[in-house]
Amino acid sequence: MQLWEIKGILEAELLWEPVDLQLEIETAEAADLMSDVLSQSIGGELLLTGLINSQVIRTAEMVDIKAITFIHGKRPDAKTIALAQQKGILLLTTNLFLFEACARLAMRGLTGSSGTIW
Amino acid sequence: MEERVLEWDYEIEGKDFRNAGKVSSKVKEIMKELGFDPDFVRGVAIASYEAEMNVVCHAEKGTLHFAILPETLRIVVQDKGPGIPDIDLAMQEGYSTAPLEIREMGFGAGMGLPNMKKNTDELDISSTVGEGTVVEMLIRTPPSKERSE
Repeated sequence: MQLWEIKGILEAELLWEPVDLQLEIETAEAADLMSDVLSQSIGGELLLTGLINSQVIRTAEMVDIKAITFIHGKRPDAKTIALAQQKGILLLTTNLFLFEACARLAMRGLTGSSGTIW
Repeated sequence: MEERVLEWDYEIEGKDFRNAGKVSSKVKEIMKELGFDPDFVRGVAIASYEAEMNVVCHAEKGTLHFAILPETLRIVVQDKGPGIPDIDLAMQEGYSTAPLEIREMGFGAGMGLPNMKKNTDELDISSTVGEGTVVEMLIRTPPSKERSE
């Protein structure tokens, strides 16, 4: 699924631009616990979360997450957005709650990470 | 091939959550630049980041030593802090002494040390209560065919 599709499905707004709207996202994961994100051997390329601190960006950087969607209309502060931009991690915000955002993406064919231990 | 050792030393500030992860970010960048396999890089970055976050969350300050040896990566994280009274207990998944402020940031779920163990070949922890903790991690590098130097 490409980023522009995800943006449309979630009725989301980009938090920094310009970005490549044709970026391919194959898998997604949702977590408010960064420890959970870090403990997955194979994570998703899109993270949906309700956390907005800079550790979300750092965590995403460590596990090669390409894009983050903040739910419930949440927005990180300017420094956190700048850090994401510097690291090339795309940021979106949607007014949807976590379950609905995940459900919409899943119904349109986006899958979660496999969970395989490597 | 000539054998060489590359080494870096970084400082980590306790409670500096804004900069937490910066050191592991550098470790990851170095490995990416040296052409290590991306999956391997991710595992090392996770182990390094968990160790770095432990210093930020629990200690006053610390250092991270990163060395690329001929067949192994070595990460030593040393801190001045409260120490770990019971290392076996700390290694158990779900055990955590992290305060609420750290949990609110998405950490402190008691997965840090188990996660370091999972992503390394050898993990050695020594700690003195009231003085600090030393975490040494060794990770065998993948076969050279996976590196493009």
